[in-house]
Amino acid sequence: MADIDLDHLQRLAALRLNEAEAERAYRELEGIIHMIDAMRGIDTEGVAPMANPLDAVQRLRPDVVTENIDREAYQAVAPNVDGGFYLVPRVVE
Amino acid sequence: MSVRDISQALAAGSYSSVEITRRYLQTAESRNDAINGYISITPEVALAQAEAADARRGRGEATPLTGVPMAHKDIFCTRGVRTTCGSRMLANFVSPYDATVVEQLAHAGAVMLGKTNMDEFAMGSSNENSSFGAVSNPWDTGRVPGGSSGGSAAVVAAGMAPFATGTDTGGSIRQPAAFCGVSGLKPTYGRVSRYGMIAFASSLDQGGPMARTVADLALPFAYMAGFDARDSTSAQRSEPWLEAMRQGEVPQQSNGLRIGLPAEYMAKAGDSGAALEAAIKALEALGHSIRPVHLPHTEAAVPAYYVVAGAEASTNLSRYDGVRFGHRAEHPTDLTDLYERSRTEGFGAEVKRRILTGTYVLSVGYYDAYYRQAQKVRRLIQQDFLQAFTDVDVLLTPTTPNVAFAKAALTQDPVAMYAQDVFTTPASLAGLPALSLPCGFLDGLPLGMQLIAPHFEEQRLLALGAQYQEATDWHTRTPEFAP
Amino acid sequence: MKWQATIGLEVHVQLATQSKIFSGAPTAYGAPPNTQACPVDLGLPGVLPVLNEQAVRMAVRFGLAIGAQINERCVFDRKNYFYPDLPKGYQISQLDHPIVGRGKLEFALPDGAQRTVTITRAHLEEDAGKSVHDAVPGATAVDLNRAGTPLLEVVSEPEMHTPAEAAAYFRALWQLVRAIGICDGQLQEGSMRCDANVSVAPTGSDTLGERTEIKNINSFRFVERAVRYEIERQIDVLESGGRIVRETRLYDDERDETRSMRAKELSDDYRYFPDPDLLPVEIDAAFIEAVRADMPELPSARQARFETDLGLPADRAAALAEDAELANYFEAMTAAEADPVLAANWLLNDVAARLNADELGIRQSPVAAEDLAMLVRRLSDDTLSSKTARTVFDRLWAGARGVDAIIEQEGLKQMDDSDALAAIVAEVVAGNPDQAEQFRAGKDKVLGFFVGQIMKRTQGKANPKQVNILLREALK
Repeated sequence: MADIDLDHLQRLAALRLNEAEAERAYRELEGIIHMIDAMRGIDTEGVAPMANPLDAVQRLRPDVVTENIDREAYQAVAPNVDGGFYLVPRVVE
Repeated sequence: MSVRDISQALAAGSYSSVEITRRYLQTAESRNDAINGYISITPEVALAQAEAADARRGRGEATPLTGVPMAHKDIFCTRGVRTTCGSRMLANFVSPYDATVVEQLAHAGAVMLGKTNMDEFAMGSSNENSSFGAVSNPWDTGRVPGGSSGGSAAVVAAGMAPFATGTDTGGSIRQPAAFCGVSGLKPTYGRVSRYGMIAFASSLDQGGPMARTVADLALPFAYMAGFDARDSTSAQRSEPWLEAMRQGEVPQQSNGLRIGLPAEYMAKAGDSGAALEAAIKALEALGHSIRPVHLPHTEAAVPAYYVVAGAEASTNLSRYDGVRFGHRAEHPTDLTDLYERSRTEGFGAEVKRRILTGTYVLSVGYYDAYYRQAQKVRRLIQQDFLQAFTDVDVLLTPTTPNVAFAKAALTQDPVAMYAQDVFTTPASLAGLPALSLPCGFLDGLPLGMQLIAPHFEEQRLLALGAQYQEATDWHTRTPEFAP
Repeated sequence: MKWQATIGLEVHVQLATQSKIFSGAPTAYGAPPNTQACPVDLGLPGVLPVLNEQAVRMAVRFGLAIGAQINERCVFDRKNYFYPDLPKGYQISQLDHPIVGRGKLEFALPDGAQRTVTITRAHLEEDAGKSVHDAVPGATAVDLNRAGTPLLEVVSEPEMHTPAEAAAYFRALWQLVRAIGICDGQLQEGSMRCDANVSVAPTGSDTLGERTEIKNINSFRFVERAVRYEIERQIDVLESGGRIVRETRLYDDERDETRSMRAKELSDDYRYFPDPDLLPVEIDAAFIEAVRADMPELPSARQARFETDLGLPADRAAALAEDAELANYFEAMTAAEADPVLAANWLLNDVAARLNADELGIRQSPVAAEDLAMLVRRLSDDTLSSKTARTVFDRLWAGARGVDAIIEQEGLKQMDDSDALAAIVAEVVAGNPDQAEQFRAGKDKVLGFFVGQIMKRTQGKANPKQVNILLREALK
C-alpha cells in the first residue's frame, strides 16, 4: 500500500486538518494513489515527458514597462495592510 | 431563445438589449432559488452594458454579439464584480482587472447577467463542491448538473442565459453540457487566453462556450478565441474562418467526413450506447463514413490526468495564503498559523484532497514514479490520437458513462467521482478540441455525445455538430422547468 | 592537524532590465512599498508570466563572456515553498536545464597571482520581495517591489580555498557584469548578493567536509570576513571534537559572525517541476550571434588594448579597464585626440579625486570628456602649464564650457614672448642679489625660489622649461 506521510504533506502544503478530517483524507488519498498507480506499469521507455500539449516554445516579451501600478486598487482586497505594506505576523530571521 | 435569434432580433430592432436583458434578469432571478446556477446576478452591470450596447447599435457599430445577454463562469476575473471561483477563500475577492475572455466579450458588446456557480476552483464533476451551495439539474432538481461548469450548463438549460462561458480542465464543459442537455465546446489548448481565468491546472485549463445549440456556440467561441500576449501558452495563429464566425457565420459542413469510433470508449458507453447507435445512423445518413479506431492508452488517462492536474493545482493554489487577498484566519499566532489556518478554513475538502495528492506526486521520491511517468503517459495518449487522425477526420465518443446522477450519490467516493471523467480526460491531456452535444434521452434525462478533432480544428467540430442538429431535434428539448 | 577550506560561491546578479522578468512592471530601486509590483508580481488569481527578452539576452551575454555553452533549450521550473516575500508560494527558477552551462572566470589575486575558477552554471530566476521587520511594530511588513526582478544566479565550482580568493572572485564577477552592461553593480542596493558554501577538511584529504551555506552577503569585504569567520568556526568545532551540521547561516556584519538561521528553514522538499505557465525557451545560433555582435569589450581585452595600442602602463590600463564607464570616458578623450598617458593621469588623479570628494560617479561628472580632452591637448602643446591647467579644470568643474574660451577669458595662455620673459627674469635676478650669489656659490636649490618668483610675476603663464633656460643664462 502507498506510503503516505500525511503530516509531511500537510506541512509542505500549509494545511492543518483536524483528526477526523485527517483520518478521512488519509483513507481517500490511499484510494486515489491506488487509482493513479494504474498508470505506473505502462511501458514509457524512451518516451519524452510532455509538459505542454502543443510542444510550443516560449515567446519573448520586449523589455518595456507596460503596467501602471495602482497600489490602492490592488490592496483594496488585502486583508491587512499598513503604509502600503502587506502585514504578516512577525517573523524572526 | 437562441443566441442567433436574439442577435437577429436586436439587429432588426424587434426589441432592445435593455428589454431582452431585463427579461433574462427576471428569469434568472426567479429561477435561481431552485437552480442555484448563479453565484452573483448583476443587474446593474447588465443594464448599464445593455444601455451601452443599444447606444452602440444606434451608432451603427454593433457586432452580432452586441447586446446579447450571457453569463460568465465565476472563474473569470471581472473588475468590480466579485470573483469567487466557487470558494470560501475568494468569497469577497474583487479582481482589479478583467480576464482577457471577459474583456473580449465585453468589447464585442455582450451583456453580463452574472457569474455562474461552479465546483470550487473547478475541481469536481457534480457541482457539489461549491462553497455557494450545490447546483440543481434543471431536468431533475434532485440530480447534479455535472461539473465543474455546472452553473453555466444549468443556467443555459433553464433559460436563465442564452449562453455562458465555461472552463474545461478534464471535462468541465463537456460533462455538464451532457448532463444538462446543452452544447459545450472545449477548444484546443492555447486557443482561448487563460489570462484572468483562475488557474486550476495550467497545462490543461481551457475556456469555452456553452449554449443550447452548436450553432449558438460559434459566435461566443469566435469572440473568446484569439492570441493574447499576456498568456505564454496562447497560440499565435490567424484563421480566416474565425473572423467570418465573428461576423455571425456558422460553419457549413459539405464533404463527407471519416468519423472514427474508438473501441475503448464504445465498450464502456453504458447509458449512452443506444443513443450513440442512433447518432451514428444519423451521421451516416448525412453522408459521413464511420470506421473503428483504437486509442490503446485510454484507460491510463484518468490516472495520468489526476497526477498532472493535481500536481499543477497543488502549486497554483499556493498563492492563497491570506496575505494579499482572500480568506485570512483571525488572530494568527505566527506565520505558519496564518498560512495553515487561512488555507484550511478557506479551501473545501475536495480542493484539499487535490492539493495533497499533487503535493504527494511531486515530492522527493515520488516525482519520477508519478509526475514524470504521467507526463510520459500523456505523450502516449496524444500519440494515440495523432495516429487515429491519420485515418479519420473526427472521433465520436460518449461524453459520460451515465446520465446525471443523484445528488450525494458519489460524494463519499472520490475515486468513483473521478471515474466520471473517463471519456473527457484523454482529449484534455492531448490538448485537442472537443464538443459535447445532446444525442438522446434516458428516463427523461439528457445524454451527450462527444466529437473530438485534431488541434485547432474547432471549425470542423462546429460544422459537423450544427449539421447533426439540423437533422435531429434533441437540442430543441427543454426541461419542463417549474420554478 | 592542518586544515584546508573549500569555498564555492552562488552569486545572484540583478539584471539591469527596464521591466520585470515575467511582467511589464518597472524595477526602480527605493520606491515606496508595493509601487513597483503589478498583479503578476503580486500573484493575483488568474495572472500569467511572460518572459522578458532582454533578461534572456543578458544571460546569454554573460555566458559568452565566460566562454560557456549556451544551452539551446532551457526550462523554467517552480520551486515551491511558503514565505511572505514569495507571493505565488513558488519561485520561478531553472533547475535541470539552466540557460548558461559551464564556463570560467579568470582574475588576479591581490598579490598579482592569476586564478581561474570554473563556473558550473548560471540560470535565470525571479527575485523575491522584501520582508521588513522594523516598519510596523509587532508585524513583519512585506514589500513586493523587488519581486519579479530578473536574477542571474551564477554558481561556481567549490574550487576556492581562501577568503581572499573568494572575495577576489566576487569582485571579478562584479567587474565583469558591469563591463558587459547586465548589472548596475550597486552592492549597497543588493544588486549582487552572494551565498557562500564553506567546508573544511584535513589538508591532503581527497574528500570535502560537510558544508554550511552563508546567505546574503552583499559586499567584497563581507565575503572575505564571513568566509574567514566560518572557516575558523568550523575548524574550532572540528578541533574540539564536534561535527559540522549542514545548515544555512546568516552573516551578521555588526558582530562579524555567522549564525544559524533556524527561523528560515524553508523546506526540505521544494517539489521542483517545469512551470506549466511557461514553455521551454529555445535559443538558436542567430540569437546568440546577435548577442555576440552586441557584446561590449571585456575588461581584460580592453586593458591589453590600452597597453599595446595606447602605451599605457599596466596599472593605469587596468585601473581604467576595470570600470567600464571610466574606460568609455577615457576613450572618448583619446578619440578627441588627447594624449593617452596624460589623459589617463588626469582621469585617475584629478578627476577621480574630485568625483570622490563630491561622491559622484564618472557618469555624473560635470566635465565633459571632450572638454577634458581639449585641456589635455592644451597641456601637450604648452598652451597651459600644469598650474593653469588646474585653474581651467576648476572652471570646467564649476560649469564653464570651452577650454580655449576659458584660457582666453582668464588670460591663462602661457607666455611665448621670450624677450618679455627674459626681461622679467633679468628683473627678478637683479632684485634678489643675495639669492643669485647663493646660486652661483653652488646652492642649486635656490633656482626653485627664482622659478617661483617668476611664475608669480607671470601669474603662472610662463613656460617652466623656458624659464629654466633663461634663468640659468641670467645667473651665469
